[in-house]
Parts: sequence; structure tokens; C-alpha cells
Amino acid sequence: MNIHEYQAKQLFLHYAIPVPDGKWADTPESAAQVAQELGGEGWVVKAQVHAGGRGKVGGVKLAKSPVEVAELSREMLGKRLVTKQTGAEGLPVNSLLIEKTYPIKRELYLSLLVDRGTERIIFVASAAGGMDIETVAHETPEQIISVPVHPAAGLQGYQCRKVAYALGLKGAQIKALSKIMQGLYDLFLAKDASQIEINPLIETDSGELMALDAKINFDDNAVAAHPEILAMKDPEQEDEKENKAEQFGLNYITLEGNIGCMVNGAGLAMATMDLVKLKGGLPANFLDVGGGTSVDKVCEAFKLILSDHSVKAVLVNIFGGIVQCDIIASGILAAVEQVHVTLPVVVRLEGTNAEQGRALLSNTGLNLYAADNLAHAAEQVVALAKEAA
Amino acid sequence: MSILIDKDTKVICQGFTGKQGTFHSQQALDYGTKLVGGVTPERGGETHLGLPVFNTVQDAVNDTGATASVIYVPPFYAADAILEAVDAGIQLIVCITEGIPILQMLRVKAAMAGTGVLLIGPNCPGVITPGACKIGIMPGHIHLPGSIGIVSRSGTLTYESVHQTTAQGLGQSTCVGIGGDPIHGMNFVDVLSRFQADEQTKGIVMVGEIGGGEEEDAAEYIKAHVTKPVVAYIAGQTAPPGKRMGHAGAIVTGGKGTAEGKVAALKAAGIEVVSSPTDIGVAMKGCL
Repeated sequence: MNIHEYQAKQLFLHYAIPVPDGKWADTPESAAQVAQELGGEGWVVKAQVHAGGRGKVGGVKLAKSPVEVAELSREMLGKRLVTKQTGAEGLPVNSLLIEKTYPIKRELYLSLLVDRGTERIIFVASAAGGMDIETVAHETPEQIISVPVHPAAGLQGYQCRKVAYALGLKGAQIKALSKIMQGLYDLFLAKDASQIEINPLIETDSGELMALDAKINFDDNAVAAHPEILAMKDPEQEDEKENKAEQFGLNYITLEGNIGCMVNGAGLAMATMDLVKLKGGLPANFLDVGGGTSVDKVCEAFKLILSDHSVKAVLVNIFGGIVQCDIIASGILAAVEQVHVTLPVVVRLEGTNAEQGRALLSNTGLNLYAADNLAHAAEQVVALAKEAA
Repeated sequence: MSILIDKDTKVICQGFTGKQGTFHSQQALDYGTKLVGGVTPERGGETHLGLPVFNTVQDAVNDTGATASVIYVPPFYAADAILEAVDAGIQLIVCITEGIPILQMLRVKAAMAGTGVLLIGPNCPGVITPGACKIGIMPGHIHLPGSIGIVSRSGTLTYESVHQTTAQGLGQSTCVGIGGDPIHGMNFVDVLSRFQADEQTKGIVMVGEIGGGEEEDAAEYIKAHVTKPVVAYIAGQTAPPGKRMGHAGAIVTGGKGTAEGKVAALKAAGIEVVSSPTDIGVAMKGCL
């Protein structure tokens, strides 16, 4: 789960991680008022969307007066921001963060994540902040330092000093960075984060360290234990269909093609998408209906697939294990009638009671095609989608 | 022989009297698994499915001599269940539970380091030696005792591989679903090394997916240590970066863990990688 920058910075403050003076606003008037209250001579207006790369597309702008803050806010609010992380549709800008600006001496990078290889929480830091860290990692890997933390020992002082020296910090800054790292580590554990990223962590002209940006992701498996984090969820920043799928216990991800896919199991669902592409088509979605599929779930899954109007044909691929194929077939028939599916639907059933399932689907007078194997099913659905397009 | 489990493996079930535990324990008994009891706190002394229920894993181990345990408890209790099994001297723990918080698994793995106890999963279908012992949620009837070792991160793709190797008449020695979570127990290399050492296993099917670097590690290991033919398939070639594809661990981040990278690593190690999931069985037969 993602949260907004302003929410992440509120959490930072609870853990004594310094951030710029700033406040949230959702109208040009309140934005100007916030600037006035904050005081100073310069402000930054930051669009609050769940994506990085805002600066390059006009989502982060500097203002010299509260009047200018209002003007910039008017330009941003209500628009959709398209960054390299959002996809073509972009994300709605419904609110802003207004902050005082500070004279920046250096931009650093600091993040914290779960590393699968070492099975540890690791800190990743670089003196090359402000840039895309993936580019830094690719082009100049020697500029990146990573420090794994043992879960029993916790973060040690020497590890903080190691990072501080690698970042070229000295004197009081070393203590300041240690405090920031300890705060981040405590926050990570207390709230079940999966990643925290500060890019950039700035060193001001006076030598202070401050989180200029803040990004926190939380572990979807743990967030139920943190109602205060769940309350920060902003559904408008997420795909409508994906939100709906979540309510029904379905795993759905929107893609760009025109062949709807309904599959049981995440691995088989990915493999089905790959197969569709291999046969010359493009999948419209990833959809895992899960193990314990009921008629209702199959029905909701169909509704989701059909709510994407680019879908021209549907491929259902079920490997019945514990779930019986005849029950799945009945679910499909009920769904096709209830939802009035007129598009061609190719169904591949394999595993427990597959023959009974196939028999149920044949001779129904509906636009259903029962395939005898997965390769044929994929070829057939690709051909049908091309015919309909 | 097979790997990890055989007809004599004594198994207990944690979360025995729950809905999942009850259903799958009955299936395991029907398959012929030596399930010898189960654990549900506060239900000790009762009988369930004709087997004794214990309050603790230690009681169950002391009374039955079980060496393996299968876990069907809810996600927020699963880390506790795994560590209880470790503490009681269980040698093979199979955790089916999906949705365990990653920080809990991090602590579990650190606590297990050095104990020598094997963990399969979590978020996996389990392990089966066809005709002998089934521990997990896989449908028993699609399997055939035979010569192919199968190791996979995905449940349904394990079934797909089983179905195809059965259809080719090859059958399976042992099938291990290592699970779809980013932090988990046995990895590809742990299972591959056992298949290499197992006489019954003549060929190996390895099914990977996007996310992490375990397929790349496996490629290096196979190149150096595995002499048996290996057929690999990697799911997620069309998955968009930054999106979790159902499994918590199936995600491409920062350009790492892509299907292309894994396929390239496996091919560079001389492994046959099929581009269609429907070609696994035929390709395996062709290698033998």
C-alpha cells in the first residue's frame, strides 16, 4: 500500500526525522494562506500523487510569493499528472503540499527496504542523491553503499557511522544521520513498511540534514494490523477495477490488450498472459480468481473483465485441483447469463471433473468455446479477438 | 527413492481442526499419507478424523514420533506455528499459509538459521512423493509415480507440469512447491541438489517466475553441479514492472527480477527453457 508524501512526512516527524516546514492544501486560497503562515521568501508547491517523477512534468514548482503559490496551485489542482511511473492516464492531483524552501548544499539518497537475497532489512545510501537511483546503481554502482541489519541485533552505531562517512558527513552531522537512520528503522518495524525512500536527503547551507522528499510503501499482508495506516489509503490514486477486485478477494491488474483472462492461481495467470502474447494477441488483464472459487466469484470476475471496454474476447483457464471443474463450468454459465456476456468466451478446463465441466459448456447456444488443451485455447481466443476487432 | 518425504514419513497438522486443516488432512489420509495427529491449542485430548489432537507440537512429537508438520493456521499466527515446530524438533515444516507479513518471515528465517530444520513455503501447495506421501493442497490424483523431479514457485504451474509429465508417461519422483513469497524456506538450489543426488529422479522440471534472483542462482548451480537434464519455464514475460502479480514475491522492481533476465541466465547455463507453458512435458521427454 502507498501513501502520499505529506502523510509520509507526518510519520517522519513522529520519528524525529527532520522535514521542511510545510502544510497540506487542497484549494489555491488555502495554499496561499499556508505559504503566508509558513513565512519565508520562497515556497515549493508539490502535487500529491502516488508516483515519482513529478518534478519533470510540472508536478513540483517554485514560487516567490503567496500569490504565485495560489496561481501554481490553480494550475495543478484538478489536473491529471502523467509521469513515467503512472501510465498514460496519469493520476488525479486532488491536493498539494506547500513547503518552505531551503538553500541546498548537497543532495543525498537514503532508503530502507527488505532485501530478498540477504533476507535482511537493508539501508541503501548514496552521495549521488536527487537522481534516479536505478540509473546510479546501473552506471556508477561504486557510489552506492548498502548495510544489512540483523533482526535480532537491530541497527548498530557503527553501521550508521559507516553510512555517514560514505556520504561525506562530519562532526555533528554524523549524530544527526544516526538519529535519522534509527528513526527510519523504528518506523519501518513499527508500521510494517516494505520500503522507505528519501530522495533527496538534503544537506542545507548551514549543514543541517533534512528529508526533502518522502516515500513509504507498506506490506499489504500486514497493513490490516495498522488501522492508522489503512486510514491514509487514497483510493482515487489507484485503479478503480483493481480496488473493486480487492473487495471480492480477486487479484486483478489492468493491462493494455484486448483479451480478457480469467485464471486460477497467480503463476498460471501469468503463464496464460504470456501464452496469449506468444500466440500473437495481447492480454487485457491479469486475473487470479484464487483457489476457493464460487459461482459468485466467477460472476464478479466476469463483470470486472467486461467493464474494460477494449476487451474483444475472453479466455478462461482453470486447472481444477481441489476445485472441481463442473462447479466452475456451472459458475461460468451462471455468470454468462447474469452478466449477459455476448463476447466470445474460450474455456479451457483441466483437472478434477474436467470432462463433466466441458460437457456442461457444450451445446448451450451461448458464445462459448470449450477448448481441449491450453495451446489451442490461446490460439482460438487470439483468432476470435482479431475477428471482433 | 524420492526426496524429503516417503511412505514412512510421519506427519502432524498444525491448525488440524480448522476448515482448511480438516479438509486437506482428510485428503492426505485418503491418499495414504501417514498423518498421525494434529495440534490445536485447548483441544488436546480430543479425537479428530480418527486421530489424536494435541495442545502443543511438543506433545504431538513426543506421543507420535512425527518428523514432519504441515501448517494451515491464519497468516498472523503462522510465524508462531513455524517456530513452535522448530522448537519441538520437527525436521520438515511445510507452511501452506498465504499472506504472512514479510517482517515476521524475516525473523523466522533468522531464528531458524543453524537449526538444520527444513522449511517449505510459506504460500505454497506443499510437497508430494506420488503414491507414497502427500503433504499439502495439491490434487493427488493427477500425479503418477515416476522419474521427474518438479520444483516450482507457483502452485497451479506445478499442477500443469505434473499433468504434462503424467500425460507423457514419465511420472514424478517428488514435486516441491517452494512458494510465492519473497522470503521463504527452501529455494531452487536446495531442492535441485537433492534431485541431483536422488537415484529415482532422471530429469528435473523447474518453474520460476518474475521477482528476486533465485532462478539466476539456480542457473549457476545447475551449470556447476547438475548433470541430469533440466527443463525450465519462467512465468511473467508480459507482466508490467512495479506490479505485484498475485504472489507477494512476483514483482519486477528497479529493472531487477525480469523474466528476460532469468531466461537469459538459464539459457547461458545450457538449460532448455521453453517459451510456452504447454511445452514442458514434451520438452522433458525429449531430453531423456
